[in-house]
Amino acid sequence: MSIPPFLQRISDTVWEIPTSYKHGMRVPARIFATAKLLQEMDAGVFDQVTNVAMLPGIIHYAYCMPDGHWGYGFPIGGVAVMDPDHGVISPGGIGFDINCGMRLILTNLTYEEVKPRVRELVDRLFARVPAGVGTSGFINIKQDEFRRMVEKGARWCVKNHFGTEEDLKNTEEEGCTPGADASKVSQKAVERGYRQIGTLGSGNHYLEIQIAKPENVFNRELAEAFGITIPNQVLLMFHCGSRGFGHQIATDYLQIFLKAMTSKYGITVPDRELACAPFRSPEGQDYFAAMKCAINMSFANRQVILHRIREVFADVFHRDPQDMGMRQVYDVAHNTAKLERHRIDGEWKNVLVHRKGATRAFGPGMEGIPEAYMKAGQPVIIGGSMESGSYLLAGVETGHSAFFSTAHGSGRTMSRAQAKKKFRGRELQQQMEARGNYVRTASYSGLAEEAGAAYKNIDDVVDAAERAGLSKRVVRLVPIGNVKG
Amino acid sequence: MRPNFESRIYMPYRYLEDVAIADAAFEAWGGSLEEMLMSASDATMNIMVSDLSSVRPMQYRHLRIKENHIDMLLFQLLQELIYYKDAEQLLLLIRSIRVEQHDTDWSAFVEVAGETIDPERHDLVVDIKAVTLHNFSAVQTAQGWKATVIVDV
Repeated sequence: MSIPPFLQRISDTVWEIPTSYKHGMRVPARIFATAKLLQEMDAGVFDQVTNVAMLPGIIHYAYCMPDGHWGYGFPIGGVAVMDPDHGVISPGGIGFDINCGMRLILTNLTYEEVKPRVRELVDRLFARVPAGVGTSGFINIKQDEFRRMVEKGARWCVKNHFGTEEDLKNTEEEGCTPGADASKVSQKAVERGYRQIGTLGSGNHYLEIQIAKPENVFNRELAEAFGITIPNQVLLMFHCGSRGFGHQIATDYLQIFLKAMTSKYGITVPDRELACAPFRSPEGQDYFAAMKCAINMSFANRQVILHRIREVFADVFHRDPQDMGMRQVYDVAHNTAKLERHRIDGEWKNVLVHRKGATRAFGPGMEGIPEAYMKAGQPVIIGGSMESGSYLLAGVETGHSAFFSTAHGSGRTMSRAQAKKKFRGRELQQQMEARGNYVRTASYSGLAEEAGAAYKNIDDVVDAAERAGLSKRVVRLVPIGNVKG
Repeated sequence: MRPNFESRIYMPYRYLEDVAIADAAFEAWGGSLEEMLMSASDATMNIMVSDLSSVRPMQYRHLRIKENHIDMLLFQLLQELIYYKDAEQLLLLIRSIRVEQHDTDWSAFVEVAGETIDPERHDLVVDIKAVTLHNFSAVQTAQGWKATVIVDV
């Protein structure tokens, strides 16, 4: 596909769609991408990002990150910043999987030490971290306790001996977004979620054992700041979200907003999935409080999975996880709306930042990142396909151009149905094992859907994000073991 | 004739390959509204489990869904199936369904049956998070009824 003529080139990696493109746009749309990525983007991205530009109270631009692709309401990779007093909040700007995110864990083990035990590690992780359709987790709590947990997030886990204070320090929002109110969550959401703590889910969710090869370290100083100091160091990365709990909250409030949006607030949107309400309205505030419960549940989910990973490594190596240096680098959220303080037109202002399939990437010195990373900038984890590998990056000062947001993954180029026709799960598994990446999956059909060829090139996405000044590469991580849902 | 499980000889649906590349999309048909709802339910469950015949009718649930638009009736029906998949780890198929209209309200009375998810017996594919409203429709056609649905996986 050639670059659509309505896109105006601002620079090699910044493209703009003016407000004249579509009636109702309040601001232009800005897409961060190279020409190559832009040519690969589906037309739905341009349609959706210009729809987002119509939302009341939107500030500066409707943004799309380099991995942008078609979504629901917002494109995946969509970022929209709103005036909280006059603007709206839209569940479509967060997504169904609230706080789908990534966590990266260090070890002080090398590939040489782990290689003989990779199969055993992956088999045990597959057995002990539930993944796949409708799985239930290994934390047995009642619904009332679950309601308390979703208000406390990962803090609940640490209090119940599923982690450490250091884990919390190295988690976005320190693992707990304040203001979560379980009374704003439906009983159905609780029933869908209270047995799912400690589960990966399926689709593009995964748990990987990865290595940092010396030749893949782009910035040695930042790598060391993030704890990557050993050649062929082994790390673990996993990707999952708020499970049925968050999905139900999103569904519930989408319907509430659809009923109230026009009749009560006189707002119309070109796409039902962009349903919204004024942020300061009762509906807006209720959703914000419920969404925070889902954000917290997801942090708790990833915290107990980390606990289980540490247990597995301890069992296999007969060593204490602390002795193996199993510390958390960071945990980032992809699908959120947050009140953040940013400098706008020379003044500091509180704004509501929607990031859907986009990662927060605070630069050095910014409030909200761990003290240990103040000089380096916030760690950013961007996951590639199961065959390509992933990246650790850092937030940068120039990230202000997108309210310190960057990409979150590769983005798909082929539908699941097409991938299932083209690839065979068992063959993929064998091919990956032959290349030194041992995979266990809950579904071979699901594995076929996740074939690397179905995704954009992660190197292109990360390169575009760096060239656009959104984040900079630190290390490329290569998978050697994988658990897929 | 109202459709039931035994009359389910061929409930048409097809997956749309070029739509929703990150998720799953389908069209489902039926000569009657009930048949379309049953077909759409099968299409939804078939995204999660590759062989619907492997789902045995071991547990039953009775659903009553009420909405004032046909498309939202379909939406709620599909969402109920997704709810049970998570809340009770049940894979459920429609055994029988009856739709009634009173003034502007539509009600569906649905008997579903299925069993607890068992990875050893069920060839599971991918988990559905939610039904989306993107391009979502349930419309009457010359041949009967047609639904277009995209689900987030």
